[in-house]
Amino acid sequence: MTAIGEPLVRRDGTRKVTGTATYAYETPAGTPVFCHPVQATVARGRIAAIHTAEAEVLDGVLDVITYRSAERLASTADAELAVLQDREIAFRGQVIGLVVAETSEVARHGAELVFATYDEREHDTELSADRDDLYKPEKVNPAFPTDTAAGDVDAAMASADVTVEQTYRTAMYHNNPLEPHATTALWDNDVLTLWDSTQGVHPSRKAIAKVFGLPEERVRVVCPYVGGGFGSKGLPHANVVLAAMAARAYPGRPVKLALTRQQMFSLAGYRTPTIQKMRLGATRDGRLTAIGLDVVEQTSRIKEFAEQTALPSRMMYAAPNRRTTHRLAALDVPVPSWMRAPGECPGMFGPEVAMDELAYELGIDPVELRIRNEPEVDPESGNPFSSRHLVDCLREGARRFGWDSRDPRPGVRLEDGWLVGTGVAASVYPSSTRPGSTAVVRFEGGRYAVEIGAADLGTGAWTVLPQIAAEALEVPAEEIDMRLGDTAYPEAAVAGGSAGTATWGSAVFEAARTFRDKYGRDPADGAEADATTGDNPARKEYAMYAFGAQFAEARVHADTGEIRVPRLLGVFAAGRIVNPRTARSQFLGGMTMGLSMALHEESVWDPRFGQVVNHDLAEYHIAVNADVDDVQAHWLDERDPHVNPLGVKGIGEIGIVGTAAAVANAVFHATGARIRDLPITLDKVLPALP
Amino acid sequence: MKPFTYDSPADADTAVRTVAADPSAVFLAGGTNLVDHLKLGVARPGRLVDVTHLTSTEITERDGLLSIGAGVRNSDLAADPRIRSRYPVLAESLLAGASGQLRNMATTGGNPLQRTRCAYFQDVTTPCNKREPGSGCSAIDGYTRYHAILGASEHCVATHPSDLAVALAALDAEVSVLGPDGERTIPFTELHRLPGDTPERDTVLAHGDLITSIDLPAPPAGKQRYRKVRDRASYAFALVSVAAVLAVEDGTIVDARIAFGGVAHKPWRAWQAEDVLRGAPATDATFRAAAEEELAQARPLPGNEFKVPLLTRTLVSVLRELS
Repeated sequence: MTAIGEPLVRRDGTRKVTGTATYAYETPAGTPVFCHPVQATVARGRIAAIHTAEAEVLDGVLDVITYRSAERLASTADAELAVLQDREIAFRGQVIGLVVAETSEVARHGAELVFATYDEREHDTELSADRDDLYKPEKVNPAFPTDTAAGDVDAAMASADVTVEQTYRTAMYHNNPLEPHATTALWDNDVLTLWDSTQGVHPSRKAIAKVFGLPEERVRVVCPYVGGGFGSKGLPHANVVLAAMAARAYPGRPVKLALTRQQMFSLAGYRTPTIQKMRLGATRDGRLTAIGLDVVEQTSRIKEFAEQTALPSRMMYAAPNRRTTHRLAALDVPVPSWMRAPGECPGMFGPEVAMDELAYELGIDPVELRIRNEPEVDPESGNPFSSRHLVDCLREGARRFGWDSRDPRPGVRLEDGWLVGTGVAASVYPSSTRPGSTAVVRFEGGRYAVEIGAADLGTGAWTVLPQIAAEALEVPAEEIDMRLGDTAYPEAAVAGGSAGTATWGSAVFEAARTFRDKYGRDPADGAEADATTGDNPARKEYAMYAFGAQFAEARVHADTGEIRVPRLLGVFAAGRIVNPRTARSQFLGGMTMGLSMALHEESVWDPRFGQVVNHDLAEYHIAVNADVDDVQAHWLDERDPHVNPLGVKGIGEIGIVGTAAAVANAVFHATGARIRDLPITLDKVLPALP
Repeated sequence: MKPFTYDSPADADTAVRTVAADPSAVFLAGGTNLVDHLKLGVARPGRLVDVTHLTSTEITERDGLLSIGAGVRNSDLAADPRIRSRYPVLAESLLAGASGQLRNMATTGGNPLQRTRCAYFQDVTTPCNKREPGSGCSAIDGYTRYHAILGASEHCVATHPSDLAVALAALDAEVSVLGPDGERTIPFTELHRLPGDTPERDTVLAHGDLITSIDLPAPPAGKQRYRKVRDRASYAFALVSVAAVLAVEDGTIVDARIAFGGVAHKPWRAWQAEDVLRGAPATDATFRAAAEEELAQARPLPGNEFKVPLLTRTLVSVLRELS
């Protein structure tokens, strides 16, 4: 019996499409009060006066909480979470007040009536590579070295047959999950319960307990369903603290707080814009001799988030001379955070476009160039790869995509008024299994209950974890009752870093196996076993990554420059696939998000105000149905004995990595226009059109 | 959202009198723009007067003319066989606008009255002369991708967002208006205003004026096309758009009606381009000359200079297709 590998339908699917799945804001919990945050309208300064009287007298308004009246938090170590503690303004959109009211309409109206004056200070919000205050962070997310160097890149560049030296830019991007950041909070009998849209109930509990100085057992976080997060719900943001604060002020009453779409652009994290100075040196036959990447990006002045943009360049291709650096500008801007494949995603745009530029310079097919530079071992650590099938992905992708008939000349194919081109890029994402998650398996009433406090971010945990348990117990998956999304269950790591299934699945698998070993096939009611994901000693001996090859077809209208991508095809080597149906959705979702990044998404920054201008879904364009045509995801039957006992690698993020570069390379092939800054919009290709 | 009174009067006359008598009152039709503005604090009316059921929801025909009731939904208008066969430019413009859900709500009378999507207009924390006269224009030195290159002023560089309105401008439609002093008609091309120093006024309508129908003259000779250029295939506002009607006989242009969207404070009827086209040979050179003549008056901003070549190329592309 092999439950793993079956394309089982999502257990939560019917609940979601029929509208019966209960999301955080909708949690029924008595007669609620509603909150609406008030935000600063200056980018830097301090509140001179805040006028709340007009809101306070409004019929239905219960309270207007400001820095004057808010409870003092036990920990203000995390400045993003230290809401309403003082009058300082560190970025436009920072919360300066919270209106609590009997209805959401009154709360929102009250928030409009709160008026603040400021002692405004000069603000500085413009990222550039030639700022004189760029600094070197101690480490990059989560704990990687900031800089690396081997050999002498400058010398290798000087003596290389062919070089590419270009600067690439990626835009500021905002996670825009369909479900906004939302919480229902209840303070009852000295226990704080948060029904929160989060990617990790335990990490969220830990952070909130610390902020309020509560023992963790007095905070419960519940999250059965998440309407998307992409990383923005990986850690709690200010809105969760606000909801908890209001709940403590109104004990016994559930408090509801959902950010508006506009508010999410300043309060829910974002992907930093990046400036990537990329250098490649190669021999005439296409062997890389130098790889250099110097990254400049931004963080908030009040909290550092240093995105690990140069990471993939450290291990992707072999070259004797390599150098990577990260430098940050600390600006008066909202706090950046995780967004699907932080680091790896923008960090593969510059390098994989540079590889295409090099291939073009050398007259070598870009698939072949990558194959020629396949490293034997991880160039950074010297360790062997636990498994690395990039070349197979490239070859299989080329075959399926029809790459072989490709005419390498750019800008020469015109079909029905559209210039047509194709492009390729490689993808990589680390394969992680985090120690410390625990699963319990219990026999109850003739069925198996599996409990773990994991959050199903929409990725399929409800469905795949029972498959893993079923495999180990050697029973059909239907006999498993899955319980997750609640700190009442054993501790689980965040749904992030493409590590969920590997991490939780390892605990579930081990607990189920222990259960079967201990109780056999006829367990007594109440029989129970647990297991905790452990350290994997093989991590010290092997470099563990998932790989992929992305192929794109781009069409650029010869008259107007409109850009469409009718075909995307990815082939991935991502370990053992637990459920082909949910896995395919993950790959397709990642690739679609990569397409969106390539052509549409951009948080347009106005430095005069210090804010995103296009802060709604009418103006912040995301690829939606009409923009997405034929997207195909395939995978190799990869067996990796080292990553974890299940052989499972993550798949949540590998799909987005490399997609934007493949699209950019296809646009070059279509038009001859090399666009090095994302997104690729029609005005950028217009000058190159016939 | 400021609390408001909701009225649902029994007839259009009452609705008009109610709004005319209350400076804080506004008409509510499909609500696809107004409701957003209520939430954002951009509109703060004291009274909403629902007119959805007070104007005709029919398209009626007499003497070859079509009268479109102001209550006709955009999706119904786009699907009407008479519109599709005789005024395809209108049907195409409707289908290029917004999303299916919005088209099901939006009305013929309300659509041309939607307000600019200038991001600063929609954000009450930034100055905007259109929203708050005298406060300044944030867009002019800011994010101008969707902003005007024609007919703008130092006070406002916003564009009119409607696609339908661009086609109506090209078709010489007329607007029937019921005001406090009775009925009157306005040529569609005169409905909207350029910003000048009073950008807060989008149209020539007075407070209390209600659009009751939009009337189309007999379809012009020639072929029709609406071409909208936007950043994605899915719903998005136009970077530029072209509504064109072109009649060619023996290689010579006998008639042309051209309007542009996404480039001005109003749907921009390209009278000068039309003059160049009429009587000239239907060639790319003519089309380009027509665009250049019209766009000689363009004053692009940093950030939207690309609209001049883009609009030129789009016009040439559309006219080539129609000839």
